[in-house]
Amino acid sequence: MWIAILVIIGIAIVLVLIIAGIYNGLVGARNQVKNAWAQIDVQLKRRHDLIPNLVETVKGYMQHERGTLEAVTNARNMAVKAVDSGVAAQAKAEGELSQALSRLFAVAENYPDLKASQNFLALQEELTSTENKISFARQFYNDSVMQYNNKIQMFPSNIIASMGNFKEGEFFEVTATVEREAPKVSFS
Amino acid sequence: MWEQIRDNQVRSIVLVTAMGIMLLLLGSFLGQALLGDWSLGLILALLIWIVMTLVGYFQGDSILLSLSNARKIGPDDMPRIYNVVEEMKIASGLEKMPDIYIVDDPALNAFATGRDKNHASLAVTSGLLQKLSRDELQGVVGHEIAHMRNRDVLLMALCSVLLGTIVIIAWYGSRVLFFAGGTRRSSSGGGGAQIIILLAAVVFMVLAPIMAQLIYLAISRKREYLADASSALYTRYPEGLASALEKIAASTEQLKSANSATAPMFIINPFRKSGRMAEDLTSTHPPISERIRILRAMAGNISLAGYEAAYNQAHKGSGGVIPRSALVSGDSTVQIDQASTAVTQAEKERAREASDVLWKLHNYREVTCNCGLKFKIPPDFKGGSFTCPRCNTTHTL
Repeated sequence: MWIAILVIIGIAIVLVLIIAGIYNGLVGARNQVKNAWAQIDVQLKRRHDLIPNLVETVKGYMQHERGTLEAVTNARNMAVKAVDSGVAAQAKAEGELSQALSRLFAVAENYPDLKASQNFLALQEELTSTENKISFARQFYNDSVMQYNNKIQMFPSNIIASMGNFKEGEFFEVTATVEREAPKVSFS
Repeated sequence: MWEQIRDNQVRSIVLVTAMGIMLLLLGSFLGQALLGDWSLGLILALLIWIVMTLVGYFQGDSILLSLSNARKIGPDDMPRIYNVVEEMKIASGLEKMPDIYIVDDPALNAFATGRDKNHASLAVTSGLLQKLSRDELQGVVGHEIAHMRNRDVLLMALCSVLLGTIVIIAWYGSRVLFFAGGTRRSSSGGGGAQIIILLAAVVFMVLAPIMAQLIYLAISRKREYLADASSALYTRYPEGLASALEKIAASTEQLKSANSATAPMFIINPFRKSGRMAEDLTSTHPPISERIRILRAMAGNISLAGYEAAYNQAHKGSGGVIPRSALVSGDSTVQIDQASTAVTQAEKERAREASDVLWKLHNYREVTCNCGLKFKIPPDFKGGSFTCPRCNTTHTL
Protein backbone atom coordinates (compact mmCIF):
# COMPACT_ATOMS: atom_id res chain seq x y z
CA MET A 1 0.00 0.00 0.00
CA TRP A 2 2.65 2.50 1.11
CA ILE A 3 4.89 1.37 -1.69
CA ALA A 4 2.18 2.03 -4.25
CA ILE A 5 1.63 5.55 -2.92
CA LEU A 6 5.37 6.25 -2.96
CA VAL A 7 5.64 5.00 -6.55
CA ILE A 8 2.75 7.24 -7.62
CA ILE A 9 4.28 10.24 -5.87
CA GLY A 10 7.62 9.44 -7.49
CA ILE A 11 6.06 9.25 -10.97
CA ALA A 12 4.22 12.53 -10.36
CA ILE A 13 7.45 14.27 -9.33
CA VAL A 14 9.26 12.97 -12.40
CA LEU A 15 6.38 14.13 -14.63
CA VAL A 16 6.39 17.60 -13.11
CA LEU A 17 10.15 17.82 -13.61
CA ILE A 18 9.84 16.77 -17.27
CA ILE A 19 7.07 19.29 -17.91
CA ALA A 20 9.04 22.03 -16.18
CA GLY A 21 12.06 21.16 -18.30
CA ILE A 22 10.09 21.33 -21.54
CA TYR A 23 8.41 24.58 -20.50
CA ASN A 24 11.73 26.19 -19.62
CA GLY A 25 13.16 24.99 -22.91
CA LEU A 26 10.32 26.71 -24.75
CA VAL A 27 10.78 29.95 -22.84
CA GLY A 28 14.51 29.82 -23.49
CA ALA A 29 13.96 29.30 -27.22
CA ARG A 30 11.45 32.16 -27.35
CA ASN A 31 13.86 34.49 -25.59
CA GLN A 32 16.62 33.49 -27.97
CA VAL A 33 14.36 34.44 -30.90
CA LYS A 34 13.69 37.82 -29.28
CA ASN A 35 17.36 38.38 -28.60
CA ALA A 36 18.30 37.40 -32.15
CA TRP A 37 15.79 39.90 -33.48
CA ALA A 38 17.28 42.61 -31.30
CA GLN A 39 20.67 41.83 -32.87
CA ILE A 40 19.28 42.39 -36.37
CA ASP A 41 17.70 45.63 -35.22
CA VAL A 42 20.99 46.97 -33.86
CA GLN A 43 22.72 46.35 -37.18
CA LEU A 44 19.87 47.80 -39.27
CA LYS A 45 19.96 50.98 -37.19
CA ARG A 46 23.69 51.17 -37.63
CA ARG A 47 23.27 50.95 -41.39
CA HIS A 48 20.63 53.68 -41.35
CA ASP A 49 23.08 55.90 -39.46
CA LEU A 50 25.99 55.22 -41.79
CA ILE A 51 24.20 56.00 -45.04
CA PRO A 52 23.90 59.82 -44.70
CA ASN A 53 27.69 59.92 -44.10
CA LEU A 54 28.27 57.82 -47.16
CA VAL A 55 26.06 59.98 -49.37
CA GLU A 56 27.86 63.12 -48.14
CA THR A 57 31.26 61.62 -48.90
CA VAL A 58 30.31 60.34 -52.31
CA LYS A 59 28.37 63.40 -53.50
CA GLY A 60 31.43 65.45 -54.39
CA TYR A 61 32.93 62.76 -56.57
CA MET A 62 29.85 61.45 -58.33
CA GLN A 63 27.96 64.42 -59.71
CA HIS A 64 26.64 62.47 -62.68
CA GLU A 65 25.09 59.77 -60.54
CA ARG A 66 22.42 61.83 -58.83
CA GLY A 67 19.79 59.13 -59.55
CA THR A 68 21.76 56.40 -57.82
CA LEU A 69 22.39 58.58 -54.78
CA GLU A 70 18.75 59.61 -54.54
CA ALA A 71 17.68 55.97 -54.79
CA VAL A 72 19.91 55.16 -51.80
CA THR A 73 18.58 58.08 -49.75
CA ASN A 74 14.96 57.20 -50.59
CA ALA A 75 15.44 53.52 -49.83
CA ARG A 76 17.05 54.49 -46.54
CA ASN A 77 14.12 56.73 -45.58
CA MET A 78 11.64 54.01 -46.51
CA ALA A 79 13.57 51.52 -44.40
CA VAL A 80 13.60 53.90 -41.41
CA LYS A 81 9.83 54.28 -41.74
CA ALA A 82 9.28 50.53 -41.99
CA VAL A 83 10.95 49.91 -38.63
CA ASP A 84 7.70 49.37 -36.72
CA SER A 85 5.63 47.70 -39.42
CA GLY A 86 6.25 44.01 -38.85
CA VAL A 87 8.92 41.55 -39.90
CA ALA A 88 7.78 41.03 -43.49
CA ALA A 89 7.44 44.72 -44.42
CA GLN A 90 10.72 45.60 -42.77
CA ALA A 91 12.51 42.77 -44.52
CA LYS A 92 11.21 44.08 -47.88
CA ALA A 93 12.33 47.67 -47.25
CA GLU A 94 15.75 46.54 -46.02
CA GLY A 95 16.14 44.29 -49.06
CA GLU A 96 15.55 47.27 -51.34
CA LEU A 97 18.06 49.35 -49.40
CA SER A 98 20.65 46.59 -49.82
CA GLN A 99 20.06 46.60 -53.56
CA ALA A 100 20.34 50.39 -53.85
CA LEU A 101 23.60 50.27 -51.88
CA SER A 102 25.09 47.52 -54.00
CA ARG A 103 24.26 49.58 -57.13
CA LEU A 104 26.03 52.55 -55.59
CA PHE A 105 29.15 50.52 -54.84
CA ALA A 106 29.07 49.07 -58.35
CA VAL A 107 28.95 52.57 -59.86
CA ALA A 108 31.71 53.74 -57.52
CA GLU A 109 34.05 51.34 -59.31
CA ASN A 110 34.11 53.85 -62.19
CA TYR A 111 35.50 56.68 -60.03
CA PRO A 112 39.19 56.10 -59.24
CA ASP A 113 39.45 59.31 -57.16
CA LEU A 114 36.61 58.18 -54.97
CA LYS A 115 38.03 54.72 -54.55
CA ALA A 116 41.32 56.23 -53.41
CA SER A 117 39.68 58.38 -50.73
CA GLN A 118 40.47 57.14 -47.22
CA ASN A 119 37.14 58.33 -45.95
CA PHE A 120 35.27 56.39 -48.60
CA LEU A 121 37.34 53.25 -48.00
CA ALA A 122 36.64 53.37 -44.26
CA LEU A 123 32.93 53.88 -44.90
CA GLN A 124 32.88 51.08 -47.43
CA GLU A 125 34.52 48.72 -44.94
CA GLU A 126 31.98 49.71 -42.30
CA LEU A 127 29.01 49.29 -44.63
CA THR A 128 30.22 46.00 -46.10
CA SER A 129 30.77 44.69 -42.61
CA THR A 130 27.36 45.96 -41.50
CA GLU A 131 25.78 44.17 -44.46
CA ASN A 132 27.59 41.00 -43.40
CA LYS A 133 26.49 41.49 -39.82
CA ILE A 134 22.90 41.92 -40.94
CA SER A 135 22.98 38.73 -42.93
CA PHE A 136 24.68 36.81 -40.12
CA ALA A 137 22.18 38.18 -37.61
CA ARG A 138 19.38 37.18 -39.98
CA GLN A 139 20.90 33.71 -40.30
CA PHE A 140 21.07 33.33 -36.52
CA TYR A 141 17.54 34.70 -36.15
CA ASN A 142 16.15 32.23 -38.70
CA ASP A 143 18.00 29.34 -37.07
CA SER A 144 16.59 30.36 -33.70
CA VAL A 145 13.07 30.64 -35.13
CA MET A 146 13.39 27.20 -36.70
CA GLN A 147 14.54 25.70 -33.43
CA TYR A 148 11.69 27.39 -31.58
CA ASN A 149 9.08 26.37 -34.15
CA ASN A 150 10.35 22.79 -34.09
CA LYS A 151 9.75 22.72 -30.36
CA ILE A 152 6.25 24.12 -30.79
CA GLN A 153 5.33 21.57 -33.45
CA MET A 154 7.06 18.43 -32.21
CA PHE A 155 5.68 15.93 -29.72
CA PRO A 156 5.65 16.10 -26.70
CA SER A 157 6.60 19.77 -26.36
CA ASN A 158 3.71 20.79 -28.66
CA ILE A 159 1.21 19.89 -25.89
CA ILE A 160 2.87 22.22 -23.41
CA ALA A 161 3.34 24.87 -26.08
CA SER A 162 -0.38 24.94 -26.87
CA MET A 163 -1.25 25.11 -23.15
CA GLY A 164 1.27 27.85 -22.48
CA ASN A 165 0.14 29.89 -25.51
CA PHE A 166 3.47 29.85 -27.36
CA LYS A 167 3.11 31.25 -30.89
CA GLU A 168 5.30 30.29 -33.81
CA GLY A 169 7.98 32.78 -34.83
CA GLU A 170 8.12 34.48 -38.22
CA PHE A 171 11.11 33.91 -40.53
CA PHE A 172 13.05 36.89 -41.89
CA GLU A 173 12.74 36.18 -45.60
CA VAL A 174 14.76 37.78 -48.35
CA THR A 175 12.12 39.41 -50.54
CA ALA A 176 14.20 41.20 -53.14
CA THR A 177 14.28 38.97 -56.20
CA VAL A 178 17.80 39.91 -57.22
CA GLU A 179 19.23 38.67 -53.93
CA ARG A 180 17.78 35.23 -54.58
CA GLU A 181 19.14 34.80 -58.07
CA ALA A 182 22.12 32.52 -58.43
CA PRO A 183 25.27 34.29 -59.60
CA LYS A 184 25.67 34.02 -63.34
CA VAL A 185 28.83 32.43 -64.61
CA SER A 186 30.15 33.51 -67.97
CA PHE A 187 33.29 32.41 -69.75
CA SER A 188 34.69 35.59 -71.15
CA MET B 1 22.02 23.04 -33.04
CA TRP B 2 23.30 26.02 -31.07
CA GLU B 3 22.93 24.01 -27.86
CA GLN B 4 25.87 22.94 -25.82
CA ILE B 5 26.98 19.67 -27.20
CA ARG B 6 26.37 17.42 -24.28
CA ASP B 7 27.92 14.17 -25.48
CA ASN B 8 31.22 15.89 -25.96
CA GLN B 9 31.01 17.50 -22.56
CA VAL B 10 30.42 14.22 -20.74
CA ARG B 11 33.32 12.63 -22.58
CA SER B 12 35.56 15.57 -21.69
CA ILE B 13 34.66 15.39 -18.02
CA VAL B 14 35.52 11.67 -18.02
CA LEU B 15 38.85 12.36 -19.71
CA VAL B 16 39.77 15.26 -17.43
CA THR B 17 38.93 13.10 -14.44
CA ALA B 18 41.13 10.33 -15.85
CA MET B 19 43.99 12.80 -16.13
CA GLY B 20 43.35 14.01 -12.59
CA ILE B 21 43.41 10.45 -11.27
CA MET B 22 46.66 9.92 -13.10
CA LEU B 23 48.12 12.94 -11.32
CA LEU B 24 46.91 11.71 -7.92
CA LEU B 25 48.31 8.22 -8.56
CA LEU B 26 51.60 9.75 -9.53
CA GLY B 27 51.58 11.78 -6.33
CA SER B 28 50.84 8.81 -4.09
CA PHE B 29 53.47 6.62 -5.78
CA LEU B 30 56.02 9.32 -5.27
CA GLY B 31 54.89 9.86 -1.70
CA GLN B 32 55.34 6.17 -0.94
CA ALA B 33 58.68 5.97 -2.66
CA LEU B 34 60.19 9.12 -1.23
CA LEU B 35 58.46 9.73 2.08
CA GLY B 36 57.15 6.24 2.81
CA ASP B 37 53.58 7.55 3.02
CA TRP B 38 50.86 7.20 0.33
CA SER B 39 48.51 9.79 1.74
CA LEU B 40 51.07 12.56 2.09
CA GLY B 41 52.01 12.35 -1.59
CA LEU B 42 48.35 12.20 -2.53
CA ILE B 43 47.53 15.32 -0.55
CA LEU B 44 50.53 17.18 -1.92
CA ALA B 45 49.59 16.29 -5.51
CA LEU B 46 45.99 17.33 -4.87
CA LEU B 47 47.15 20.66 -3.43
CA ILE B 48 49.41 21.36 -6.38
CA TRP B 49 46.61 20.46 -8.79
CA ILE B 50 44.10 22.74 -7.04
CA VAL B 51 46.51 25.67 -7.00
CA MET B 52 47.45 25.15 -10.65
CA THR B 53 43.80 24.82 -11.68
CA LEU B 54 42.84 28.02 -9.88
CA VAL B 55 45.71 29.85 -11.51
CA GLY B 56 44.77 28.37 -14.88
CA TYR B 57 41.10 29.28 -14.44
CA PHE B 58 41.61 32.88 -13.41
CA GLN B 59 44.94 33.80 -14.95
CA GLY B 60 45.45 31.20 -17.69
CA ASP B 61 44.38 33.45 -20.55
CA SER B 62 46.47 36.43 -19.49
CA ILE B 63 49.51 34.23 -18.85
CA LEU B 64 49.17 32.65 -22.27
CA LEU B 65 48.62 35.98 -24.00
CA SER B 66 51.61 37.62 -22.33
CA LEU B 67 53.77 34.57 -23.13
CA SER B 68 52.77 35.04 -26.77
CA ASN B 69 53.62 38.76 -26.69
CA ALA B 70 50.09 39.57 -27.79
CA ARG B 71 48.76 43.13 -27.71
CA LYS B 72 45.11 44.01 -27.41
CA ILE B 73 43.39 46.03 -30.13
CA GLY B 74 40.17 48.04 -30.27
CA PRO B 75 37.66 48.73 -33.07
CA ASP B 76 39.57 51.75 -34.39
CA ASP B 77 43.03 50.18 -34.50
CA MET B 78 42.28 47.52 -37.06
CA PRO B 79 38.71 47.81 -38.33
CA ARG B 80 38.86 44.80 -40.62
CA ILE B 81 39.76 42.11 -38.07
CA TYR B 82 37.51 43.74 -35.48
CA ASN B 83 34.58 43.69 -37.90
CA VAL B 84 35.23 40.10 -38.93
CA VAL B 85 35.26 39.01 -35.29
CA GLU B 86 32.06 40.93 -34.62
CA GLU B 87 30.42 39.33 -37.66
CA MET B 88 31.29 35.85 -36.39
CA LYS B 89 30.21 36.77 -32.89
CA ILE B 90 26.78 37.65 -34.30
CA ALA B 91 26.62 34.55 -36.50
CA SER B 92 27.39 32.28 -33.56
CA GLY B 93 25.00 34.04 -31.18
CA LEU B 94 27.78 34.74 -28.68
CA GLU B 95 26.61 37.30 -26.15
CA LYS B 96 29.81 39.14 -25.43
CA MET B 97 32.38 40.40 -27.86
CA PRO B 98 35.67 38.53 -27.21
CA ASP B 99 38.87 40.53 -26.70
CA ILE B 100 41.07 40.61 -29.76
CA TYR B 101 44.86 40.33 -29.60
CA ILE B 102 47.50 40.61 -32.28
CA VAL B 103 50.72 38.62 -32.12
CA ASP B 104 53.44 40.30 -34.17
CA ASP B 105 54.79 37.28 -35.98
CA PRO B 106 55.00 36.47 -39.68
CA ALA B 107 53.78 32.90 -39.03
CA LEU B 108 50.15 32.19 -39.91
CA ASN B 109 48.28 31.07 -36.84
CA ALA B 110 45.46 31.93 -34.47
CA PHE B 111 44.21 30.75 -31.09
CA ALA B 112 41.39 31.25 -28.66
CA THR B 113 41.67 31.22 -24.89
CA GLY B 114 39.63 32.11 -21.87
CA ARG B 115 37.46 30.77 -19.10
CA ASP B 116 34.04 30.57 -20.75
CA LYS B 117 32.22 32.23 -23.59
CA ASN B 118 31.85 35.49 -21.69
CA HIS B 119 35.53 35.67 -20.71
CA ALA B 120 37.23 34.78 -23.93
CA SER B 121 40.04 36.20 -26.02
CA LEU B 122 41.11 35.56 -29.54
CA ALA B 123 44.60 36.08 -30.87
CA VAL B 124 45.76 36.15 -34.47
CA THR B 125 49.24 36.67 -35.85
CA SER B 126 49.96 39.74 -37.96
CA GLY B 127 51.08 37.38 -40.73
CA LEU B 128 47.60 35.93 -40.84
CA LEU B 129 46.05 39.38 -41.22
CA GLN B 130 48.35 40.18 -44.13
CA LYS B 131 48.04 36.99 -46.11
CA LEU B 132 44.38 36.04 -45.76
CA SER B 133 41.41 37.45 -47.65
CA ARG B 134 38.32 38.52 -45.80
CA ASP B 135 36.45 35.27 -46.50
CA GLU B 136 39.41 33.22 -45.31
CA LEU B 137 39.81 35.31 -42.18
CA GLN B 138 36.14 34.80 -41.48
CA GLY B 139 36.60 31.03 -41.64
CA VAL B 140 39.53 31.11 -39.22
CA VAL B 141 37.79 33.46 -36.79
CA GLY B 142 34.64 31.28 -37.02
CA HIS B 143 36.74 28.27 -36.03
CA GLU B 144 38.11 30.08 -32.97
CA ILE B 145 34.70 31.41 -31.95
CA ALA B 146 33.38 27.85 -32.23
CA HIS B 147 36.04 26.81 -29.70
CA MET B 148 34.62 29.46 -27.35
CA ARG B 149 31.01 28.41 -27.88
CA ASN B 150 31.76 24.72 -27.43
CA ARG B 151 33.59 25.56 -24.19
CA ASP B 152 36.79 24.12 -25.60
CA VAL B 153 38.77 27.06 -24.25
CA LEU B 154 38.13 26.20 -20.60
CA LEU B 155 38.72 22.50 -21.19
CA MET B 156 41.96 23.21 -23.00
CA ALA B 157 43.10 25.55 -20.24
CA LEU B 158 42.35 23.00 -17.51
CA CYS B 159 43.87 20.14 -19.48
CA SER B 160 47.06 21.96 -20.30
CA VAL B 161 47.45 22.87 -16.64
CA LEU B 162 46.96 19.21 -15.67
CA LEU B 163 49.29 17.97 -18.34
CA GLY B 164 51.91 20.51 -17.36
CA THR B 165 51.65 19.54 -13.70
CA ILE B 166 52.00 15.82 -14.48
CA VAL B 167 55.00 16.39 -16.70
CA ILE B 168 56.73 18.61 -14.14
CA ILE B 169 56.07 16.29 -11.18
CA ALA B 170 57.17 13.24 -13.14
CA TRP B 171 60.35 14.96 -14.27
CA TYR B 172 61.40 16.29 -10.88
CA GLY B 173 60.14 13.15 -9.16
CA SER B 174 62.33 10.91 -11.25
CA ARG B 175 65.42 13.06 -10.54
CA VAL B 176 64.78 13.12 -6.81
CA LEU B 177 63.99 9.42 -6.80
CA PHE B 178 67.29 8.65 -8.40
CA PHE B 179 69.28 10.33 -5.66
CA ALA B 180 67.02 9.67 -2.69
CA GLY B 181 66.36 6.08 -3.72
CA GLY B 182 70.06 5.45 -4.08
CA THR B 183 71.04 6.90 -0.71
CA ARG B 184 68.20 5.24 1.14
CA ARG B 185 68.93 1.79 -0.24
CA SER B 186 72.53 2.01 0.80
CA SER B 187 71.69 3.16 4.33
CA SER B 188 68.79 0.88 5.23
CA GLY B 189 69.63 -2.15 3.15
CA GLY B 190 66.14 -2.04 1.63
CA GLY B 191 63.39 -4.66 1.69
CA GLY B 192 61.97 -6.45 -1.36
CA ALA B 193 58.67 -4.55 -1.14
CA GLN B 194 60.49 -1.24 -1.12
CA ILE B 195 62.27 -2.08 -4.35
CA ILE B 196 59.07 -3.20 -6.06
CA ILE B 197 57.36 0.04 -5.11
CA LEU B 198 60.34 1.99 -6.35
CA LEU B 199 60.27 0.14 -9.65
CA ALA B 200 56.52 0.71 -10.02
CA ALA B 201 57.00 4.40 -9.29
CA VAL B 202 59.71 4.68 -11.92
CA VAL B 203 57.61 2.88 -14.54
CA PHE B 204 54.60 5.00 -13.69
CA MET B 205 56.60 8.18 -13.90
CA VAL B 206 57.69 7.28 -17.39
CA LEU B 207 54.19 6.30 -18.45
CA ALA B 208 52.10 9.04 -16.82
CA PRO B 209 53.16 11.94 -19.04
CA ILE B 210 52.72 9.82 -22.17
CA MET B 211 49.27 8.64 -21.16
CA ALA B 212 48.22 12.13 -20.13
CA GLN B 213 49.43 13.39 -23.49
CA LEU B 214 47.40 10.72 -25.32
CA ILE B 215 44.26 11.64 -23.39
CA TYR B 216 44.87 15.29 -24.19
CA LEU B 217 45.13 14.46 -27.87
CA ALA B 218 41.95 12.40 -27.80
CA ILE B 219 40.15 15.46 -26.46
CA SER B 220 41.63 18.01 -28.80
CA ARG B 221 41.45 16.27 -32.20
CA LYS B 222 37.69 15.65 -32.21
CA ARG B 223 37.16 19.20 -31.12
CA GLU B 224 39.13 20.51 -34.06
CA TYR B 225 36.74 18.75 -36.44
CA LEU B 226 33.77 20.06 -34.52
CA ALA B 227 35.12 23.61 -34.63
CA ASP B 228 35.66 23.30 -38.39
CA ALA B 229 32.08 22.13 -38.82
CA SER B 230 30.75 24.99 -36.69
CA SER B 231 32.83 27.53 -38.57
CA ALA B 232 31.36 26.32 -41.87
CA LEU B 233 27.93 26.59 -40.31
CA TYR B 234 28.51 30.17 -39.12
CA THR B 235 29.97 31.47 -42.36
CA ARG B 236 27.84 29.20 -44.62
CA TYR B 237 30.96 29.17 -46.77
CA PRO B 238 33.31 26.23 -46.02
CA GLU B 239 35.57 27.18 -48.93
CA GLY B 240 36.78 30.22 -46.93
CA LEU B 241 38.21 28.09 -44.10
CA ALA B 242 39.43 25.46 -46.56
CA SER B 243 41.51 27.92 -48.56
CA ALA B 244 42.72 29.61 -45.37
CA LEU B 245 43.95 26.22 -44.11
CA GLU B 246 45.63 25.69 -47.45
CA LYS B 247 47.51 28.98 -47.17
CA ILE B 248 48.42 28.27 -43.55
CA ALA B 249 49.68 24.81 -44.47
CA ALA B 250 51.77 26.21 -47.31
CA SER B 251 53.56 28.78 -45.15
CA THR B 252 56.84 27.62 -43.67
CA GLU B 253 57.18 30.15 -40.87
CA GLN B 254 57.06 28.72 -37.38
CA LEU B 255 55.49 30.54 -34.49
CA LYS B 256 58.21 31.52 -32.02
CA SER B 257 56.09 31.69 -28.90
CA ALA B 258 54.47 28.26 -28.54
CA ASN B 259 55.08 25.18 -26.43
CA SER B 260 53.65 21.68 -26.33
CA ALA B 261 51.10 22.45 -23.62
CA THR B 262 49.57 25.33 -25.57
CA ALA B 263 49.74 23.66 -28.98
CA PRO B 264 46.13 22.38 -29.11
CA MET B 265 44.82 25.92 -28.76
CA PHE B 266 46.10 27.03 -32.13
CA ILE B 267 44.17 26.59 -35.35
CA ILE B 268 46.93 24.39 -36.67
CA ASN B 269 49.73 22.66 -34.82
CA PRO B 270 52.48 25.30 -34.42
CA PHE B 271 55.19 22.60 -34.36
CA ARG B 272 54.40 20.99 -37.64
CA LYS B 273 57.44 20.37 -39.76
CA SER B 274 57.20 22.11 -43.07
CA GLY B 275 56.53 19.86 -46.00
CA ARG B 276 55.43 16.90 -43.93
CA MET B 277 51.84 16.28 -44.91
CA ALA B 278 51.06 12.96 -43.21
CA GLU B 279 50.87 13.58 -39.49
CA ASP B 280 51.09 10.77 -36.98
CA LEU B 281 48.99 9.57 -34.08
CA THR B 282 50.59 11.89 -31.58
CA SER B 283 49.56 15.08 -33.32
CA THR B 284 47.29 17.50 -31.52
CA HIS B 285 45.50 18.33 -34.75
CA PRO B 286 44.02 16.20 -37.52
CA PRO B 287 46.00 16.37 -40.76
CA ILE B 288 45.29 19.66 -42.53
CA SER B 289 44.87 18.01 -45.92
CA GLU B 290 42.08 15.94 -44.47
CA ARG B 291 40.37 18.91 -42.84
CA ILE B 292 40.45 20.72 -46.17
CA ARG B 293 39.10 17.67 -48.02
CA ILE B 294 36.17 17.33 -45.64
CA LEU B 295 35.31 21.04 -45.86
CA ARG B 296 35.37 20.92 -49.65
CA ALA B 297 33.25 17.77 -49.72
CA MET B 298 30.46 19.61 -47.90
CA ALA B 299 29.73 21.54 -51.10
CA GLY B 300 26.08 22.63 -51.05
CA ASN B 301 25.01 20.96 -47.82
CA ILE B 302 26.09 23.45 -45.17
CA SER B 303 25.01 21.98 -41.86
CA LEU B 304 26.47 19.86 -39.11
CA ALA B 305 24.81 16.85 -40.79
CA GLY B 306 26.52 17.81 -44.04
CA TYR B 307 29.91 17.92 -42.33
CA GLU B 308 29.21 14.55 -40.73
CA ALA B 309 28.41 13.06 -44.15
CA ALA B 310 31.60 14.51 -45.63
CA TYR B 311 33.63 13.20 -42.67
CA ASN B 312 32.19 9.71 -43.03
CA GLN B 313 33.04 9.78 -46.70
CA ALA B 314 36.65 10.48 -45.76
CA HIS B 315 36.73 7.79 -43.03
CA LYS B 316 34.63 4.91 -44.20
CA GLY B 317 32.67 3.30 -41.40
CA SER B 318 34.12 5.20 -38.45
CA GLY B 319 32.02 6.68 -35.70
CA GLY B 320 31.80 10.26 -36.89
CA VAL B 321 32.69 13.47 -35.12
CA ILE B 322 29.45 15.30 -34.52
CA PRO B 323 27.53 14.04 -31.49
CA ARG B 324 24.14 12.59 -32.29
CA SER B 325 22.35 15.12 -30.11
CA ALA B 326 23.63 17.96 -32.28
CA LEU B 327 22.51 16.30 -35.48
CA VAL B 328 18.92 15.71 -34.39
CA SER B 329 18.23 19.25 -33.29
CA GLY B 330 19.97 20.84 -36.23
CA ASP B 331 19.10 18.90 -39.37
CA SER B 332 18.64 22.06 -41.38
CA THR B 333 20.10 22.13 -44.83
CA VAL B 334 20.98 25.68 -45.65
CA GLN B 335 21.88 27.04 -49.04
CA ILE B 336 25.13 28.93 -49.42
CA ASP B 337 24.66 32.62 -48.91
CA GLN B 338 24.81 34.21 -52.33
CA ALA B 339 26.55 37.35 -51.14
CA SER B 340 29.93 35.74 -50.46
CA THR B 341 30.04 33.88 -53.76
CA ALA B 342 29.04 37.04 -55.60
CA VAL B 343 31.93 38.90 -54.02
CA THR B 344 34.49 36.35 -55.16
CA GLN B 345 32.92 36.36 -58.61
CA ALA B 346 33.39 40.13 -58.85
CA GLU B 347 36.96 39.79 -57.63
CA LYS B 348 37.71 37.15 -60.24
CA GLU B 349 36.34 39.37 -62.97
CA ARG B 350 38.47 42.26 -61.81
CA ALA B 351 41.57 40.07 -61.71
CA ARG B 352 40.79 38.82 -65.21
CA GLU B 353 40.38 42.36 -66.53
CA ALA B 354 43.74 43.31 -65.08
CA SER B 355 45.46 40.30 -66.60
CA ASP B 356 43.86 41.05 -70.00
CA VAL B 357 45.44 44.49 -69.92
CA LEU B 358 48.82 42.92 -69.14
CA TRP B 359 48.51 40.49 -72.03
CA LYS B 360 47.71 43.36 -74.38
CA LEU B 361 50.69 45.32 -73.14
CA HIS B 362 52.91 42.43 -74.26
CA ASN B 363 51.46 42.52 -77.76
CA TYR B 364 49.32 39.43 -77.37
CA ARG B 365 46.39 39.41 -79.77
CA GLU B 366 42.99 38.64 -78.43
CA VAL B 367 40.54 36.49 -80.40
CA THR B 368 37.07 35.74 -79.08
CA CYS B 369 35.44 32.57 -80.33
CA ASN B 370 31.71 32.31 -81.04
CA CYS B 371 31.31 30.01 -78.04
CA GLY B 372 32.60 32.77 -75.74
CA LEU B 373 36.12 31.43 -75.14
CA LYS B 374 38.85 34.07 -75.38
CA PHE B 375 42.29 33.33 -76.80
CA LYS B 376 45.50 35.24 -76.23
CA ILE B 377 47.72 34.79 -79.27
CA PRO B 378 51.46 35.37 -78.62
CA PRO B 379 53.12 37.85 -80.99
CA ASP B 380 55.53 35.19 -82.25
CA PHE B 381 52.79 32.67 -83.09
CA LYS B 382 53.85 30.96 -86.33
CA GLY B 383 50.80 29.00 -87.45
CA GLY B 384 48.21 30.75 -89.61
CA SER B 385 45.18 29.25 -87.87
CA PHE B 386 44.07 27.33 -84.76
CA THR B 387 40.99 25.44 -83.63
CA CYS B 388 38.94 26.21 -80.54
CA PRO B 389 39.18 23.26 -78.12
CA ARG B 390 35.60 23.67 -77.00
CA CYS B 391 33.56 24.07 -80.19
CA ASN B 392 36.14 23.03 -82.84
CA THR B 393 35.72 26.21 -84.89
CA THR B 394 38.81 27.04 -86.94
CA HIS B 395 40.10 30.60 -86.64
CA THR B 396 42.43 32.07 -89.25
CA LEU B 397 44.66 34.96 -88.32
